[in-house]
Amino acid sequence: MSTETTFLESLSELDVEVTRTTPDSCADAIADATVGEAIGVPLQDGLALPPSVADRPTNGDLETADTGVTPAAFGIAEIGSVHLESDRAGTELVSLYPRRHVAVLRDADLVPDVATAIDRLGPDLRAGGSGVVATGPSATADMGSLVVGAHGPGEVHVILVEAGQ
Amino acid sequence: MSRADRGDRAERAARIRNVMREEGDAVARNTREHNAGRKAAAENVPEYEDLRTRARELKEHAIENLPELIEELRESVAANGGHLYIADDAADANRYIVEAVGDADTVVKSKSMTTEEIEVNDALAAAGVEPVETDLGEWVIQLADEAPSHLIGPAMHKERAEIAELFADVFDLAEPPETAAELTAFAREKLGKRIREADVGMTGANFVVAESGTLAIVTNEGNARKVAATTDTHVAVAGVEKIVPTVEDLQPFLELLSRSGTGQELSAYTSLLTPPVASPVPDFDAPAESLVDGNGDGSGVAADSDREFHLVLIDNGRLAMREDDELRETLYCVRCGACANSCGNFQSVGGHVFGGETYTGGIAGGWEAGIEGLDVAAEFNDLCTGCSRCVPACPVQIDIPWINTVVRDRINRRKADASDFAFLPDGLAPDAEPAGLDLGKRFVGDFATLAEWGHRTAPLANRLANAGPVRAALERVVGIDRRRDLPEFASESLVEWFDRRGGSRVPIDEADRDAIVYPDTYTNYVDVERGKAAVRTLEALGVHVRVPPLPPSGRPPLSQGMVATAEERAHDLYAALAEHVDAGRDVVVVEPSDLAMIRSEYERFLEPDSFERLAGASYEVLEYVYGLLENGAPIDALTPGDDSTRNRELAYHPHCQARTLDLEEYTLAVLERAGYDVRTSDTECCGMAGSFGYKAEYYELSIDVGEPLVEDFGGTDRTLVASGTSCGEQLDALLDRPARHPVELIAPPESASR
Ligand code: SF4
Repeated sequence: MSTETTFLESLSELDVEVTRTTPDSCADAIADATVGEAIGVPLQDGLALPPSVADRPTNGDLETADTGVTPAAFGIAEIGSVHLESDRAGTELVSLYPRRHVAVLRDADLVPDVATAIDRLGPDLRAGGSGVVATGPSATADMGSLVVGAHGPGEVHVILVEAGQ
Repeated sequence: MSRADRGDRAERAARIRNVMREEGDAVARNTREHNAGRKAAAENVPEYEDLRTRARELKEHAIENLPELIEELRESVAANGGHLYIADDAADANRYIVEAVGDADTVVKSKSMTTEEIEVNDALAAAGVEPVETDLGEWVIQLADEAPSHLIGPAMHKERAEIAELFADVFDLAEPPETAAELTAFAREKLGKRIREADVGMTGANFVVAESGTLAIVTNEGNARKVAATTDTHVAVAGVEKIVPTVEDLQPFLELLSRSGTGQELSAYTSLLTPPVASPVPDFDAPAESLVDGNGDGSGVAADSDREFHLVLIDNGRLAMREDDELRETLYCVRCGACANSCGNFQSVGGHVFGGETYTGGIAGGWEAGIEGLDVAAEFNDLCTGCSRCVPACPVQIDIPWINTVVRDRINRRKADASDFAFLPDGLAPDAEPAGLDLGKRFVGDFATLAEWGHRTAPLANRLANAGPVRAALERVVGIDRRRDLPEFASESLVEWFDRRGGSRVPIDEADRDAIVYPDTYTNYVDVERGKAAVRTLEALGVHVRVPPLPPSGRPPLSQGMVATAEERAHDLYAALAEHVDAGRDVVVVEPSDLAMIRSEYERFLEPDSFERLAGASYEVLEYVYGLLENGAPIDALTPGDDSTRNRELAYHPHCQARTLDLEEYTLAVLERAGYDVRTSDTECCGMAGSFGYKAEYYELSIDVGEPLVEDFGGTDRTLVASGTSCGEQLDALLDRPARHPVELIAPPESASR
């Protein structure tokens, strides 16, 4: 099974929606994946946010936005995680506050498993980097039964960008 | 035994009864769900056992090198621009934290057991700072002013309706939220506001990486992310034992932690933070300002200059535990909660009974003994019955029952030393314990002598033992609950029977194998029939059998925490068996708890070569039969599969320790080959656990632990099957019909044996 197929299966088990797209159609795909008021941070080289997404959010936007769009540095195929860096552009906050998170990931940035992911993170973390391996939406079972959407987003949508079209 | 002890016993029974009634259902539901999740998750990972072995080795290595790792971490944190403080104890930690928090009004916290341990909330409140828990379960506990009942599910004991009532009460709500989704939305809303307004974020850390100063923080709710990223000051509090050398070392732990705790592959969020982080600090008081303005060019990953980071690592007894050969293992614990979830007693009572000041479940015995002291550990140490079901569950391979046994031994000795009258009761075998040891423990721990006496004087002993006044005295003096049937002693022991019939019916020169059937105390003096069945079964398969008188294995004294006595028994039994083993004879054991002793605990008592030799030559009886069948012995030699007088349908409850040793598969395979239809229970432990279920203060708990077996088997008329004596007694008590040992279901009748 290809890494990409594994990733797609893992996402579906986590109830994470996914759109497969190309660099050219990426902005449209993002626009389709957002709901309500959307904020975002600058994406990977060669990819752009659609005009409907506010790319320089204010502090107030962070509190009120319905969707946050961020790049994901890489994805872990085996379990359907995306890695979000704690960068100066605010990826951590924009992916965390709104109830819906749209993560933009290039298929070249898929790694097969947790072990490979940790190997990839080693140099970053040793250089002072930070981030979060996010696997599905936030959840809690503390209120008597499983509820999706606790302090973090309750919906996650991955935009998987295929290169070389 | 004083009147005060008797009163204590009744009080304890009442307290357990209350907690079972009020919290038992919620705890049982949640722990069993997590436990099932863990098992399924483990089965899905082929390299699961390798991961456990690697995690274990890494922890051993890290604790061994802890002083060097602390120094390395100190440099990493300083190089990143943060502050590391090593606190000697709770007061020292709190002093530092209060100072670091400064004039903040509120501190928002994500869940951390270590901050519970040092009671930082009280220290903050005393300094005029309001601590707000943001983990939803922890917040419920804070609002209710209770203690967490589980390592990862602090409010696991609360039903949804109770939480709804609590919110309505505290916030004076006219239309309070009701469903789990409404309650969660309410909490998110309330706590979101508190987080946005807060000055300081406090988190724990699941792991801390020495080489980089990175914290690994695992949550499902996202609250750790939020409190750390939203506030400009991050205070992380963890035990010093959380340090691992390199980033790469995180891998096995991250793979195991969530799978062990809840059965998730990974929790929703694994934050890997090397603070101070680059994320801009949002200023919600200036909503119109750009989030990234004021922070240079708004790109890159260099630390945000507004951020401050303090890492407070707590010793509080841990460095002494590191020097303690028996408690050291506790420090390998990653606090996943699997030992609690897999524990029959915990499933019934939760952490408010099975726990100390802070920590809960099996491993709490080690934590509380090391951090709070033996007094606190003594309050719940009895709850570990040594069933061992947590051992395969623990991701770092901690021998949790052993830690609890050692702690029990220390508690016994301390009590004995303090006792002002000390005597060795007449008739009990000399043991290796201090003179003032508790009489009840000594009595149960020396079951071998009692059984020998009971057999010699049977049936008088049986009549006497069940006479009202004697039962009353047993309850009063020794603490044996009078609602339990006592074992009935046989007037002819297995050894005597075997001699009388003239030894083995298979001559040595015609035999394929030569084996000892070990006359353990129960098989020899109480349930002789299963011993006879074992002899006949082995003979039918061509084995020359011997049943020599042999010393007891030491299981009962071990379960009472009489470690030195158990060790003496181990040496005695080894000495008595060594020549047989040297002669190439196999040792076949009927009682699973005795085999578990020989295969597991003896490793701690015997020389390595002796242990290997004895363990390697010893077999559980059905395991042995399976081996004989695999090597060509004919199944037809056993009870014919078309015997219409036998119920072909069985309900089998595997013994807890046998399950830990993966022995139940052999029993299942042999019974199925013999033509039986077998339904197996997946209840971890029947609740009897040797002598535990006999004790007056634990009788009701023991029955409650066995309740799933009633659900499993109560409605069927299948023949009940159990290999353990105490499981058999418990099944009989629960379902009111006797259980049989599996070997009795395959043994040919004595008349047919050759
Ligand atoms: S002792 Fe093992 S199973 Fe129990 S909480 Fe610690 S790591 Fe988990």
